[in-house]
Amino acid sequence: MTNLTQLTLADALDGLRKRQFSSREITQAHLDEIEKANPNLNAYVAVTAEKALAMADAADAQLGKTKGKVGKLEGAPLGVKDLFCTEGVRTTACSNILGEFTPPYESTVTQNLWDQGAVMLGKLNMDEFAMGSANETSRFGPPTNPWRREGANTKLTSGGSSGGSATAVAADLCLAATASDTGGSIRQPAAFTGTVGIKPTYGRASRYGMVAFASSLDQAGPLAKSVMDAAIMLEVMCSADEKDSTSLQMPVPNWTKSVGKGVKGMKIGVPKEYRMDGMPDSIEKLWQKGIDWLKAQGAEIVDVSLPHTKYALPAYYIVAPAEASSNLARYDGMRYGARQTGSGSLTDTYEQTRGQGFGAEVQRRLLIGTYVLSAGYYDAYYLRAQKVRTKILQDFESAFGAVDALLTPATPSAAFAYGEKSDDPVAMYLNDVFTVTANLAGLPGMSVPAGLDENGLPLGLQVISKALDEDACFKVGAALEEAAGFTARPERWW
Amino acid sequence: MVERTEYRIEGATGDWEVVMGLEVHAQVSTAAKLFSGAPTAFGADPNTNVSLVDAAMPGMLPVINRSCVEQAVKTGIGLNAEINLWSRFDRKNYFYPDLPQGYQISQYQFPVVGEGQISVEAEEGYTFVVGIERLHLEQDAGKSIHDLDPNATYVDLNRSGVALMEIVSRPDIRSPAEAAAYVKKLRSILIALGTCDGDMEKGNLRADVNVSVRRPGDELGTRCEIKNVNSFRFIQQAAEYEARRQIEILEGGGKIDQETRLFNATTGETRSMRSKEDAHDYRYFPDPDLLPLEIDAALIDRIRADMPELPDEKRQRFIDSYGLTPYDAGVLASDADKAAYFEAVAEGRDAKLAANWVTQELLGYLNKQDIALADSPISAERLGGLIALIADETISGKIAKQVFAKMIDSDDTAAQIVEREGLKQVTDTGAIAGIIDKVLAENPDQVAQVQAQRAEGHAKPKALGWFVGQIMRASGGKANPQAVNEILAEKLGL
Repeated sequence: MTNLTQLTLADALDGLRKRQFSSREITQAHLDEIEKANPNLNAYVAVTAEKALAMADAADAQLGKTKGKVGKLEGAPLGVKDLFCTEGVRTTACSNILGEFTPPYESTVTQNLWDQGAVMLGKLNMDEFAMGSANETSRFGPPTNPWRREGANTKLTSGGSSGGSATAVAADLCLAATASDTGGSIRQPAAFTGTVGIKPTYGRASRYGMVAFASSLDQAGPLAKSVMDAAIMLEVMCSADEKDSTSLQMPVPNWTKSVGKGVKGMKIGVPKEYRMDGMPDSIEKLWQKGIDWLKAQGAEIVDVSLPHTKYALPAYYIVAPAEASSNLARYDGMRYGARQTGSGSLTDTYEQTRGQGFGAEVQRRLLIGTYVLSAGYYDAYYLRAQKVRTKILQDFESAFGAVDALLTPATPSAAFAYGEKSDDPVAMYLNDVFTVTANLAGLPGMSVPAGLDENGLPLGLQVISKALDEDACFKVGAALEEAAGFTARPERWW
Repeated sequence: MVERTEYRIEGATGDWEVVMGLEVHAQVSTAAKLFSGAPTAFGADPNTNVSLVDAAMPGMLPVINRSCVEQAVKTGIGLNAEINLWSRFDRKNYFYPDLPQGYQISQYQFPVVGEGQISVEAEEGYTFVVGIERLHLEQDAGKSIHDLDPNATYVDLNRSGVALMEIVSRPDIRSPAEAAAYVKKLRSILIALGTCDGDMEKGNLRADVNVSVRRPGDELGTRCEIKNVNSFRFIQQAAEYEARRQIEILEGGGKIDQETRLFNATTGETRSMRSKEDAHDYRYFPDPDLLPLEIDAALIDRIRADMPELPDEKRQRFIDSYGLTPYDAGVLASDADKAAYFEAVAEGRDAKLAANWVTQELLGYLNKQDIALADSPISAERLGGLIALIADETISGKIAKQVFAKMIDSDDTAAQIVEREGLKQVTDTGAIAGIIDKVLAENPDQVAQVQAQRAEGHAKPKALGWFVGQIMRASGGKANPQAVNEILAEKLGL
């Protein structure tokens, strides 16, 4: 039992149920790994070792009973993105403005995990308020991608905003992690780290207790080591929640059953608009490989068109900042978090608190959002962006009249080095070009590792399916995973 | 049918007409707030009726309280207004310490209730119609307390998130008195419906008063809005002051700046709060945390079937079934307490007599003493007993007033007082004839005068009235006046 941390979630749960090892053992193994790796990888911004061991002992007690309910995640040590409020555990969304904020309440998504016996290892790094694609905006500094280019030791980003979650999963610092996706924040880090990530249909996972970025786009989902692990996690994370008005009031399907069902007879659409100018060859080739794999497994490949795709990114960068500018108004230094009084006047308190509390990227988006909602600009920006959103949804609906799922690249490049794009916000925003469409349309989207580029860095393929049809994502994702036989692991340099 | 009074303010250069429209904020009578389960009870210790949602903690989400929606629909029906089956909540963004979210959730573009109208009885006796433009639901803010500490402002969030109905009238009001009458009528409707307690002292009903002036027949002038006026008297005072202020500016060759003003109840003046140029840009946009508000037509039918009797219906019933004058019916029906009191007095008795006694004697006395009807020293039952004695001629109306005065200071019934004080009316014609004989014998000059006047052809000699007075006095007011008249005429040979 030397490599407990390298187990998949599915195998670990199996081992725990069979009492091959205890939750305390596998939890302690992860805590040991975190202690060794975190100074280099900076995945965790808070480690809750004591709490983890206590939860592990409780799980072991449950697993030891001859009768009684064993949770779906009983004893499995997991990481939690710092966006999810966790009762009694500091939650900052990696922003200075939240100071040492410690919520007296638990998010619905994490509560669902604990209700099924999961163990919390700690809180994971992320872009400040989930705004970013490289985790460079975290108040705790960025995590480092466990993967490096062959023969180089340049530090690469794990992507963002769920970069800490992706790092932790890829480096075996948890069995799986919660993450969130507003424009690609699960799928892009998954692609950059050789992990699996899925964003479900909007409304499947409750947003209660998840620090809001853009309410109409935010959706929680897992980062995991395999498609099966992602299915296990997502089943538990999702629920109908009356505390979230946008939560879907319907039962959560049994997605694990879809994993491995195969794609025979499925129609897979390949949208021509996702073939971008200047896209690296390696990504083009991987996409073709994915098409061939699915064809070989009996799927029918159909060329489809999503004509409004090119407007998705601009629309996203209006809608998301607009909602954020309002959602983040509550961080005013009045009730919780870090407060800077300046001269002591009300205006100065606001300005100092928000000026010092928010980082540059957050401030940029708040300014954009405030601008596009202003009188006289609302129609030209926000309203038009919402119309584009409707067009994008209609594109998908018409494509899904002919196909069951879409196959696209997950990102326009492999992981890049820190600083490579941070000077140019627009270049950074382009990271989301393949992923924002699913958020704008509220559709499920999954990123599956499918190969390595010429530098030995992982690349992901994205599967987008109809609303409420995560099953299709899991079927196609599992087929790709199997065909790709992706077993590469980052060299353990940390 | 009384004509509508043309209210004019005489300026130095001629007459001016006042045009007014009101925005009334009415706190919805419900146990819980609009978007959280926190209680709404008045008078709780500061910051005790505050949920995590009201305090805008990170990740907290609003969930509509359906009972507030039902109250709004009920009110809409009571205002003869259109109920919108589809409406939407928007965010009104601005920063203030008593607004934890940094935005107020309101209905900007699509209110739950559309156009309606109510008819209002003016004090002069005429009736005018005020159009209702809309009614929408919104959150109240918390309360900033500036006078506890010279260097700090304290915030009480108990009101934060409490449901308000904003009822916007058309500019159909033409005088300060009409404005007060309109709010009175609106208040009586809300109280009858049970959708707002109408308590203006607690701020549960308050008005923003829009005032403009023009030459009669001209186009509408520029208006000013006076915020948060919270009594009928202040509404009249503020409107009157504001109209005169505007006239003075216009007659001096100036123009009115559209602005928001505050009323100072101590000085009776209004002062500028902010001009149109300084007006906030509220950056309204649809609240992405909430779904559109959809109302089932069946709900409207159910509420309609369950409507209590409204003041207008009650007034008509008082006219039709009790035979009251429209004026008395209006006075009694305008207030649920008065109506109930009257109906208890009138039960099985002479209703018109009951109406006279309630409106004139009882309400006259209570108003003079500033006593609420609920605290009346004379119960409906006791007043009914008094009226019964008048109706069966046990006492005259004049004696009844004496009995009424005695009832205020005692708990005895009218019958007990009449009995004890020997106030029973004398109807025995023999006894009355004896008194008349005595008075005639004592006043031979006056007898001669009556007969002289009679001889001159006067049908009703003036001195006759003098005799009636003397005879009544001699009987201690107890003689039946009709019998006195008849016997006196006979004795004088008239």
